Amino acid sequence: MSERFRTEQGGRVDREQEIQFTFNGKPYTGLAGDTLCSALLANGVHMIGRSWKYHRPRGVMSAGAEEPNAIFQIEKGNRTIPNARGTQVELYAGLDASSVNCWPSLDFDLLSINSKFSRMMPAGFYYKTFMWPKSMWMKYEHFIRKASGLGEAPRETDPDRYEHTHRHCDVLVVGGGVAGLTAALAAGRAGARVIIADEQSEPGGLTLASKAHIDGIDALQWIENAVAELQEMPEVTLLSRSTVFGYHDYNFLTINQRLSDHLPIAARSGGREKLWQVRARQVVLATGAAERPLTFANNDRPGILLASAVSTYTNRYAVKPGKRAVVYTNNDSAYQSALDLKAAGVEVVAVVDARTDSASELANTVRSTDIQVINGSVVVDTAGHKRLRSVQVMRLSADGSTVSGNVNSMACDLLAVSGGWSPVVHLNAQSGAKPVWDEEASMFRPGETQQAQVSAGAASGRLDLAGCLAEGADAGNQAAKACCFKASMKAPQAEKVDAEATLPLWNAPSPYTRGRGPKAFIDMQNDVGVADIELAVREGFQSVEHVKRYTAMGFGTDQGKLGNINGMGVLAQTMQQSIAATGTTTYRPNYTPISFGSFAGQNLGDRLFDPVRKTAMHAWHEENGAKFEDVGQWKRPWYYPQAGESLHDAVNRECLATRESVGILDASTLGKIEVRGPDAAKFLEMIYTNNWMKLEVGKARYGFMLGEDGMVMDDGVTIRIAEDHFFMHTTTGGAAGVLAWMERWLQTEWPEMEVFLTSVTDHWATAAVVGPKSRDVVAAVCEDIDFGASAFPFMASKTGKIGDVECRVNRISFSGELAYEVNIPANYGRFMWEKLMQAGEKFKITPYGTETMHVLRAEKGYVIVGQDTDGSVTVDDLGLGWALSKTKPDFIGKRSLSRPDTVRKDRKQLVGLLTEDPMTVIPEGAQLVNDPAAAIPLPMVGHVSSSYYSACCGHSIAMALVKGGHHRMGETVYAPLSSGRVIKATITEPVFYDKEGAKPDA
Amino acid sequence: MFLIECPWCGMRDETEFSCFGEAHIARPLETEKLSDEEWADYLFMRKNPKGAHREQWLHAAGCRRYFNAERDTVSYQISATYKIGEKPPGGSRK
Amino acid sequence: MSKYSIFSLLRNAISYHENWASAWRSPEPKKEYDVLIVGGGGHGLATAYYLAKEHGITNVAVLEKGWIGGGNTGRNTTIVRSNYLWDESAHLYEKSMQLWEGLSQDLNYNVMFSQRGVYNLGHNLQDMRDIQRRVNANRLNGIDGQVVMPEEIKRAIPEINIDQGCRYPILGASFQPRGGVARHDAVAWGFARGADMRGVDIIQNCEVTAIKQKNGAVTGVETTRGTINAKKIGVVVAGHCSVLAEMAGFRMPIESHPLQALVSEPIKPVINTVIMSNAVHGYISQSDKGDLVIGAGIDSYNGYGQRGSFPTIEHTVAAIVEMFPIFKRVRMNRQWGGIVDTTPDACPIIGNTPINGLYFNCGWGTGGFKATPGSGWVFAHNVATGEPHELNRAFALDRFVSGFLIDEHGAAGVAH
Repeated sequence: MSERFRTEQGGRVDREQEIQFTFNGKPYTGLAGDTLCSALLANGVHMIGRSWKYHRPRGVMSAGAEEPNAIFQIEKGNRTIPNARGTQVELYAGLDASSVNCWPSLDFDLLSINSKFSRMMPAGFYYKTFMWPKSMWMKYEHFIRKASGLGEAPRETDPDRYEHTHRHCDVLVVGGGVAGLTAALAAGRAGARVIIADEQSEPGGLTLASKAHIDGIDALQWIENAVAELQEMPEVTLLSRSTVFGYHDYNFLTINQRLSDHLPIAARSGGREKLWQVRARQVVLATGAAERPLTFANNDRPGILLASAVSTYTNRYAVKPGKRAVVYTNNDSAYQSALDLKAAGVEVVAVVDARTDSASELANTVRSTDIQVINGSVVVDTAGHKRLRSVQVMRLSADGSTVSGNVNSMACDLLAVSGGWSPVVHLNAQSGAKPVWDEEASMFRPGETQQAQVSAGAASGRLDLAGCLAEGADAGNQAAKACCFKASMKAPQAEKVDAEATLPLWNAPSPYTRGRGPKAFIDMQNDVGVADIELAVREGFQSVEHVKRYTAMGFGTDQGKLGNINGMGVLAQTMQQSIAATGTTTYRPNYTPISFGSFAGQNLGDRLFDPVRKTAMHAWHEENGAKFEDVGQWKRPWYYPQAGESLHDAVNRECLATRESVGILDASTLGKIEVRGPDAAKFLEMIYTNNWMKLEVGKARYGFMLGEDGMVMDDGVTIRIAEDHFFMHTTTGGAAGVLAWMERWLQTEWPEMEVFLTSVTDHWATAAVVGPKSRDVVAAVCEDIDFGASAFPFMASKTGKIGDVECRVNRISFSGELAYEVNIPANYGRFMWEKLMQAGEKFKITPYGTETMHVLRAEKGYVIVGQDTDGSVTVDDLGLGWALSKTKPDFIGKRSLSRPDTVRKDRKQLVGLLTEDPMTVIPEGAQLVNDPAAAIPLPMVGHVSSSYYSACCGHSIAMALVKGGHHRMGETVYAPLSSGRVIKATITEPVFYDKEGAKPDA
Repeated sequence: MFLIECPWCGMRDETEFSCFGEAHIARPLETEKLSDEEWADYLFMRKNPKGAHREQWLHAAGCRRYFNAERDTVSYQISATYKIGEKPPGGSRK
Repeated sequence: MSKYSIFSLLRNAISYHENWASAWRSPEPKKEYDVLIVGGGGHGLATAYYLAKEHGITNVAVLEKGWIGGGNTGRNTTIVRSNYLWDESAHLYEKSMQLWEGLSQDLNYNVMFSQRGVYNLGHNLQDMRDIQRRVNANRLNGIDGQVVMPEEIKRAIPEINIDQGCRYPILGASFQPRGGVARHDAVAWGFARGADMRGVDIIQNCEVTAIKQKNGAVTGVETTRGTINAKKIGVVVAGHCSVLAEMAGFRMPIESHPLQALVSEPIKPVINTVIMSNAVHGYISQSDKGDLVIGAGIDSYNGYGQRGSFPTIEHTVAAIVEMFPIFKRVRMNRQWGGIVDTTPDACPIIGNTPINGLYFNCGWGTGGFKATPGSGWVFAHNVATGEPHELNRAFALDRFVSGFLIDEHGAAGVAH
């Protein structure tokens, strides 16, 4: 074995499986079961990165999610991962890790010069400078930005897949430590459907580093048994590498499962991550507790680790995190770390305990070894640049307010610190609880929540193994019972360990004048020290949220998991108030950072949000070279270019062919709603602005719908099929909204009306056959219909057959030509279309798309809702006042039409525009002015909503909304373009073709 | 994400529903007799309370029925859902 | 109060930063003020600042129920732009933009206003017509802007996906070069410091519980810290304006909705501008710290909970990943929510109320941050003179009666 800092034996690494990896380009070996950090420590590599602001050398601090320093760029190229926490990166063959935020190298980092000027860069210094000269800020900022950030985003396309799954369960257990396992066993044995999710590579939590016993057997063996039993249970799902990162309302939780990042790249297959969206009837939070560090001058040197992390590295990963260790604590648990180190063969110089006395069994066990226990003392400083060399210890005065006596300097390369424990209350807090400060235990415990949830074990503040087991069993039983299962599992047993109280030590006394000594860090990643918090308070930032924002404390990728409670303690001390009064910042999702890919899942590209809807004739359009336009969810043919044709060439051809002979348009996408029932006509009277009671059966009518604010909302033709049966058309994009809106009126306002609505948009395929020869074409295809001009007049509707299939033909026109819309059940759409094409062949029938449709209707001045209207346009503004019933007492939106603003004479009104040069087409969206020479801001009188070259008219045409436009016929307006060009145009009626309107009646 | 009890279909995920805002706003019967202020009050003015709120929901991806819910706008807890036309639980409130 | 500069920083560094004065005092509330501003967010603090600076009214208290800048000011995605469609909005936001351009110097507080440009994307032909219309209007209103095509967008933002085959292809964008982002907290703090310096009392942890009136005019407020009298009260409480209106006895055309935002872990610079898409509800920029700052769409229900629903976040992240496929492996660090006060026409309400001496400034919806200085500036005028400024006249509450709505939905439905 080539790693110099491996223990002789033990640990959960596989000594048979050596793994090669690189760090900053240099090759190393580790063992299967290692994390990146444990492997680096096994190689004696402590300094792994630089801090964000001062670029101070930093080492591994923890063994878990709270890690602030050990941030790596994993891999290069398309699988690179920025900001990975090395404590949670499982080692695999070929892993390529590099440090972030240092240049040119970790050892020699140019920006470490910041450290020299750190006094110039206290909290919030950037608010006070970089202001002069004003023009320089963007330059300053450029360099600030370059210096910021940690890892690099990938620059290549991600080859991996991300999956989503949705689950329901009776009990979701968060955390697979012994409390969680016990809870899952209790609920699982009761028969409940359980999901237990654990973020590590294997369940067991901190107990994986423990030498304790449960139910008389090795704790590790007990864990193995428990896992085996859970895996046998058909209703239990045990997830590893799965972080519950969000706790939302109604017991909805989100889990990120990492499927393949732990494998060598070549061995990866399937998805990379899976997002579980889980609705749980009961939730057990067994998220454990996290150890806090201690605050003292230069407490950030490589070689200073949490005591529990030291135990994890020695016991679980078989790593000696140093040769010569000092343990510094204010509570009992770190004594175990001293014993663990000693057992691993590390020399332990001393346990420095801030408490004047420590008489627990554990402390006495340590005393019985050769390890010196120094009570009533604190570490006041450390030495060593890229690795810890020594710690300086002084005696605490009796009241704990000062230090005195000689400085006891102890040479060591490892300092294990323990400042007490904080239950991981993140998810509890996310679920709506406020954590409660327990003064006696010096910790925030989970608070009350309205959700069906219980915290168990260390997550609720029970730090001893026996307590965790008892609470886990209880929580599992209770959760199962709440889901109506019989549950009565007895708690597994472990030895009781008595522990003495923790001595809170937020900002321990130091020999340095307050604020003048070396930095004592609270938030390692963001380089926030005690002095920064004190400065914030001095400057008036006294709310914990203000301190957080002013100093950036807790904004790092660890989200303050390591330092925030200490920060609150320091703040409370500085403000001379209690921690309870100081409070916490808000815990928000995500518990740990989660990839964006995991949120996005598979529904990207052409599956983003909406389905793509295609008509029954879509394949035909594709085969015939159509270009498509997205309209709502639909793909509509836009135009059908022939070889060498531009959009405009094609449209000119399509327009002329249609007006001169016959064209055909796929109109299937228009919204179609059947309105049936005895009160159908009465209902339409309210929905539309015009009259519907007297419409004859078999006749169609065009109508506007208004919002209750009086503005045009939708329009279309509706046909009376029978006395109590109407067939409504809506705009393509408006169909779903109109249906929901009409349903709302019917269900909530007029429930007495007997009307039933059915969306039939997808049931019918529709072809609009348009042009002087349209009658010949439809008559050749549709049987059982008399197409005689008087037998089948304009705005009439008839049923017939195409072959054996029933069809409905409506003689309506959106082009001003003789036109028929042929409807057939959608499955026969292509059959109908081809029949029509065949029949039209001798007339050179020309398929056309939405662009030609737009030109044809604009030539007639027909509006498109959403293009010529924008939510601020009334029917009168469109010059279509005839469509407003004068006789109906009411319709939706009517009352709004008499408000002072809606009756203004100078509202923007729809007009036509003719350009001075007939070939000039004003760009759509051009603004119109009366005097283009006026000064900026130039008063605008309107804008161009639709504008085309009309091949049929031989000149350009435009529709515009112009202030008072209805009274400005013949006047001149100007369209100043961004190019500087000004187009002159004359206001006209918005009808350019067949002004008499004779053609559709032909 | 809410769990909403549709009075017709039972408990369903929030994603099946759309919210339509304040409930129990009756459309005035003789709209032409209203003053502009009264019409504006119906059209735009809302209680928007911090606390108990009666609001309209549509089971859009389900039975397509509108119904009413009483929901706390801070805790987001839904205390009741009821069919259109039914009286809200706990009687009327201002 | 010492002036902030590189020199004061140097001087204080020598004395270990022990001599910095508090950025604002924490006075006990007086019994009476000339003007009370309810709400210590950016808009309220800016109002107080301009009352003192522009109108010489310094006997002013800002009453904040929590900590200043703790509402939407500290929760938004910090986008600043002025490229609004309608004249009324354009003029107001452009006034704000002009104040932004000198704000750090005016306040002697670096609000890090960074004019890195704002792109508003169009995804279909109608979007592009609307963009043309808006940019043309902007230019004639003296607001910078241009229409850019996908290739130009790609040149400026190399990481963006302009594949035309996807569900929401990028067909083009409007680009406002003067748009950008600012450091949100600093805006609140800078205005607070500036107002305090001019004599304004900033009173935190002071919640208004009642608005006192007599004969149709306000006389003061009841608060958790006692009664405070004033004949003029400006209410600037965003999502809570309906609550305050109810205290005063009237209703507002406002609904308060959750609006969510999120940030990634800090990464090295990769996006150097601001990209917004109303169609897919994705708004993204990168902060000076390196975080990708992303805004989502609003949740459909009323909510004061400062949190929204997960599917909304899922939706927005999908939109962002669609725009920037390389971000799949970048990780989301934190998400949160604010309470936005939406109006029927997506425009604010600034001005007088049915009660004499009581003024409201609210309804900024999703887009209030960019307006902070302009909003404070016009509202200070309105409160000081009792009459709206020309720039906020159109934003009166009575437009909902007359029907004179300024419908920005078409141009800026979710306006960030």
